[in-house]
Amino acid sequence: MKVVNKGIDKLDAMSLVTGKPVYTDDIAPENCLIVKVLRSPHAYAKILSIIIDKALKVPGIECILTYQDVPQKRFTMAGQSYPEPSPYDRLILDEYVRYVGDPVVIVAGVNVKAVNKALKLIKVNYEVLKPILNMEEAIDNSIVIHSEDDYHLNFDIGNDVKRNLCASGSFKSGNVDEELKSCHVVVDEQYHTKANNQAMMETFSTYTYLDYNGRVNIITSTQIPFHVRRIVAKALDIPKTKVRVIKPRIGGGFGAKQTVVSEIFPAIVTMKTGKPAKMIFNRFETFCASTSRHEMKIRIKLGADKEGNIKAISIYTLSNTGAYGEHGPTTVGLSGHKTMTLYNKASSFKFDYDVVYTNTMSAGAFRGYGATQGAFALESAINELAVKLNMDPIELRQKNLLEEGDIMTTYYGETLTSCNLDNCINKGKELVGWNEKYPYRRISDSKVRSVGVAITMQGSGISGIDMASVQIRLNDDGYYTLLIGATDMGTGCDTILAQMAAECLECNMDQIVVNGVDTDQSPYDSGSYASSTTYITGMSVVKACNKLIEQMIVEASKILIVQKETLEFDGQKIYNSEKSITLDKLAQKLVVGDGNYLMANASHSSLSSPPPFMAGFVEIELDTQTGKIDIIDFFGIVDCGTTINPKLAKIQVEGGIVQGIGMALYEEVSYSTTGKMMNNSFMQYKIPSRLDIGNIHVNFESSYEPTGPFGAKSIGEVVINTPCPAIAHAVYNAVGVNIRSLPITSEKILLSIINSR
Amino acid sequence: MFTLKDYIVPESIEEASQLLNQNRNNVILGGLLWLKMGNKNYNKGIDLSKLGLNTIIENESSIEIGCMVTLRQIEISKVLNTYFNSLLVKSVKNIVGVQFRNCATVGGSVYSRFGFSDLLTALLALDTHVHLFHGGVIPLEEFINMTYKKDILIKIIINKDTRKASYQSHRKSATDLPVLAVAISRYNSHWKISIGARPNKAMIALKSSELLSHRPDQIESACNQAVSEMKFGTNIRGSAEYRRELAKVLIRRGVEEICR
Amino acid sequence: MQIKCTINNRIFVEDIQVDMLLIDFLRHLGFLSVKRGCDTANCGLCTVWIDNKTVLSCSILAVSVNEKHVTTLEGIQDEAIEFGKFIASEGAEQCGYCSPGFIMNVLAMKRELVNPTEDSIKHYLSGNLCRCTGYMGQLRAIKKFLNATRGGCLSESS
Ligand SMILES: Cc1cc2nc3c(=O)[nH]c(=O)nc-3n(C[C@H](O)[C@H](O)[C@H](O)COP(=O)(O)OP(=O)(O)OC[C@H]3O[C@@H](n4cnc5c(N)ncnc54)[C@H](O)[C@@H]3O)c2cc1C
Ligand code: FES
Ligand code: FES
Repeated sequence: MKVVNKGIDKLDAMSLVTGKPVYTDDIAPENCLIVKVLRSPHAYAKILSIIIDKALKVPGIECILTYQDVPQKRFTMAGQSYPEPSPYDRLILDEYVRYVGDPVVIVAGVNVKAVNKALKLIKVNYEVLKPILNMEEAIDNSIVIHSEDDYHLNFDIGNDVKRNLCASGSFKSGNVDEELKSCHVVVDEQYHTKANNQAMMETFSTYTYLDYNGRVNIITSTQIPFHVRRIVAKALDIPKTKVRVIKPRIGGGFGAKQTVVSEIFPAIVTMKTGKPAKMIFNRFETFCASTSRHEMKIRIKLGADKEGNIKAISIYTLSNTGAYGEHGPTTVGLSGHKTMTLYNKASSFKFDYDVVYTNTMSAGAFRGYGATQGAFALESAINELAVKLNMDPIELRQKNLLEEGDIMTTYYGETLTSCNLDNCINKGKELVGWNEKYPYRRISDSKVRSVGVAITMQGSGISGIDMASVQIRLNDDGYYTLLIGATDMGTGCDTILAQMAAECLECNMDQIVVNGVDTDQSPYDSGSYASSTTYITGMSVVKACNKLIEQMIVEASKILIVQKETLEFDGQKIYNSEKSITLDKLAQKLVVGDGNYLMANASHSSLSSPPPFMAGFVEIELDTQTGKIDIIDFFGIVDCGTTINPKLAKIQVEGGIVQGIGMALYEEVSYSTTGKMMNNSFMQYKIPSRLDIGNIHVNFESSYEPTGPFGAKSIGEVVINTPCPAIAHAVYNAVGVNIRSLPITSEKILLSIINSR
Repeated sequence: MFTLKDYIVPESIEEASQLLNQNRNNVILGGLLWLKMGNKNYNKGIDLSKLGLNTIIENESSIEIGCMVTLRQIEISKVLNTYFNSLLVKSVKNIVGVQFRNCATVGGSVYSRFGFSDLLTALLALDTHVHLFHGGVIPLEEFINMTYKKDILIKIIINKDTRKASYQSHRKSATDLPVLAVAISRYNSHWKISIGARPNKAMIALKSSELLSHRPDQIESACNQAVSEMKFGTNIRGSAEYRRELAKVLIRRGVEEICR
Repeated sequence: MQIKCTINNRIFVEDIQVDMLLIDFLRHLGFLSVKRGCDTANCGLCTVWIDNKTVLSCSILAVSVNEKHVTTLEGIQDEAIEFGKFIASEGAEQCGYCSPGFIMNVLAMKRELVNPTEDSIKHYLSGNLCRCTGYMGQLRAIKKFLNATRGGCLSESS
């Protein structure tokens, strides 16, 4: 391969590093109305009245909207393919507010000062209601969070909204209860993962304007332009034809921008006023009025025989979707299906879940999407099982590992077509120096060094649902335009997809032009989430390029007057043993007179979602007197199939591991007793700085995925899953305490040490 | 977001003080890092940057740090890297980052008397006075416990003794506010144990310091004494119980470092 | 209030509100490389230089740069490209949103520190957050850049 599997620079690299104005707020016109939202100070309340007279009089104020001024059609903000699994439980503005931060009034004016002043002058009278803040108290509480009559479900998700149950379900194979009875050892523990914030550096940003056709144009920092088009149209109760969405460069997403967050507010202001409007969330709002990772409590029962053969795995997940159900019914599934499957050899499996509403901020999508939470629980339980069996945790895993060719019982019955996890584990074991370092070494009176391990899997796209289409065009002097609907959010997918096209078309990268997403121009793509872009959109690129080559050969055969079957294409020319035409010439001929401008379209979706795998190994130094953890080294060994761009893949892994370290050690969205978010800034919600991460080392042990483009699977999400369980394991190995509730703070460690004395 | 109607750069400290007292909503601007996060509507902002208060001066018997000196100046100051085992340098170097420390001022840091303040904890372990325009020169300890009166903090004056000192803090992540901060010093045989971020304002553990000054071998008792003579509280960074445990460990480490 | 200042070697005389922050002033004048990532002075995305000192433009009043010289990434494009190539070849600009502030601070560091060790590099840059890259690629880029531009002062293992 000439272009694929090469560390090509990102196409947009130089404009990003020179600070070019390429993000939403950089390109918004100066004359946009500034849009801000007055937010609820109460976790649960009914609005009795809103007095806006004084605010309306503030010079420069153009538009103030309350729930009485907006369409009353319920929708979900979750960026999912229609019909969405998430319940329609939202209004743009509602008479009821269900968490601290829920929007109450939309204000737009000519400048920030006027809008801020107006916001201060609005008076809202609330009937304050008692909230539910603890997810364990949600089911069958006398307080009902969604009692509206027009609450709507697209299909059965095990919902019982009067019980605050957003979704529930179960899965079973074999008889877990019976198996557990006959097991030699059983681990039965509950693990608690917290809400986290995606914390991408660019906050939610959108601007909107009406074009000359009276259509609302939405320029927005999103992962899901096509879903935004549909959702905004539904929320505003206008036809989809009236909405156009454009995605410029994005300053990170990590799932946060897989939900509609900032788009609707300026869009409705533009609809009402006819004027351009923009809404740039500040960091506080980005924390407290968007969506977080789902908090989960996961109960694991795990049984094995004397030899360490895992017999039974049972998982019960209670997931907190917050005030609204975005991604609630879907994230929870991954906590079971994308964890147990690793131990496919077990003979019985059980997975039950409940997803509940509470009066906290809605949860949503965040890299890992439930698998991260499940991985902390099950991998921790596996490590605890190894202790009970008195067995090396690596040996235990390798004994029970799924294998290529397996039919994966707990993974929708799919067949495992590529897997090199065993070698990932072997490699990591060697790199971290497991044999010398496991379980721990004492460094001094107060310092212990120890190692920990975890393995994980994810998917590559949502099987049967995600779809991507691509168009490739041959332009008049022999270069190509690649039109995609997949959204590059910094991940480099524009570059990676161009690499695939260049490989197929046997040309250089600079012969491929890739455009950003514009729903008026780009072919449909469900969006960049669920680790789908490389695998699903990539496959569309391959299909489209092959079609284009066929078309070029047909056209060449007409010009050269030879049988098309005799012709070949080598990237420069189309030829047979006698005749030849250069690409350049062909392209020019095709756009003159009786030509035929060549465009090839292809769509792709996949019936399977082949899992990428990763083994994570950590070495920590633990201060046994303060509980402080220093990460020394983290080794991530990944099987993502063929790495299309090893350099960008490596950065994905490093970035994912660091986010995982943050989640493991201190990231936690917490609420006061009245439901106010306590850490809504980078001062209170700490993400890792470069001083907090030790050394990260990345290796690839690639398998070849036959259903993926050039053998590729996905990489974006799997990389965040191992740090939590691996670090928890290292802590156990250092000081013998199991921390089963994230984050693994020094305080928890030290107090557990003291209590276990 | 705070608002400000007017901005003035006075030419003399007297003028600054006069401006400050003209209106209840006039305010001294330090590095603005804290001020700008508030929601207040201020009238006049008074910028002290033209008053020559941005230097660290070494005198015969004291070190004077002007209120407009930045935390970064402390960090790279030759004098402060020489005296007190670089106590002040160590106390500021975890604060956010270099650009931040190039902005944040000593005046803003000390005047605010934050509970979490690293600098205050460290200064308290030294022989430190603050020079206020109206209030005159008073010991830092007194200033810390005073009510917030409108005045200008002109400079900090530290007695240049041969004190040995140690700085210890625990943070959840490297650049976070401290969960607990401990500064300890020994001058001749006299010990001072200052504990901040409890999460309340830094205080000297008087009895514990005394105990150690008389019985320097009784480190364990001094640690226990410190923990029992002060109040520790709970906030999102840590519980009172954990802070008490940390305090014992950090005090012991500080004392041992000085004795080494 | 009227101020006169130099931005990237060009003189500006502007009438502005006194509570305008420097970041908003600069963006208003079209220096859009300057980014805002937080409201609490924690992220470093807004880093610019005032009289060659690296500072947070989100925490400084625009009026206070009266008679001073401000430098943004637009003003040092040659250096940005030179260092930027090292970042690009590590793939260490992912979303790129943190890049301008980060590069401003790296270039300030290069001017201030002589032969920095890896630890002092990390310390100097600790106020520049990046959520995408995990920092390792940035560090590789910095080391290669310093080696290339200083004739190998910084050893790979330092
Ligand atoms: C995100 C963040 C993280 C921080 N982390 C830490 C930390 O880890 N450890 C730590 O110790 N500190 C920390 N701080 C505090 C910081 O170091 C400064 O102390 C703080 O920002 C105040 O300094 P300033 O110069 O910005 O003052 P300003 O914000 O300008 O002023 C603060 C107050 O002091 C008043 N004031 C300023 N100068 C004078 C004067 N000369 N006389 C009288 N009054 C005056 C002002 O009127 C105002 O009321 C942090 C602050 C922030 C914003
Ligand atoms: S914008 Fe975050 S530090 Fe300035
Ligand atoms: S590259 Fe996205 S925040 Fe640094």
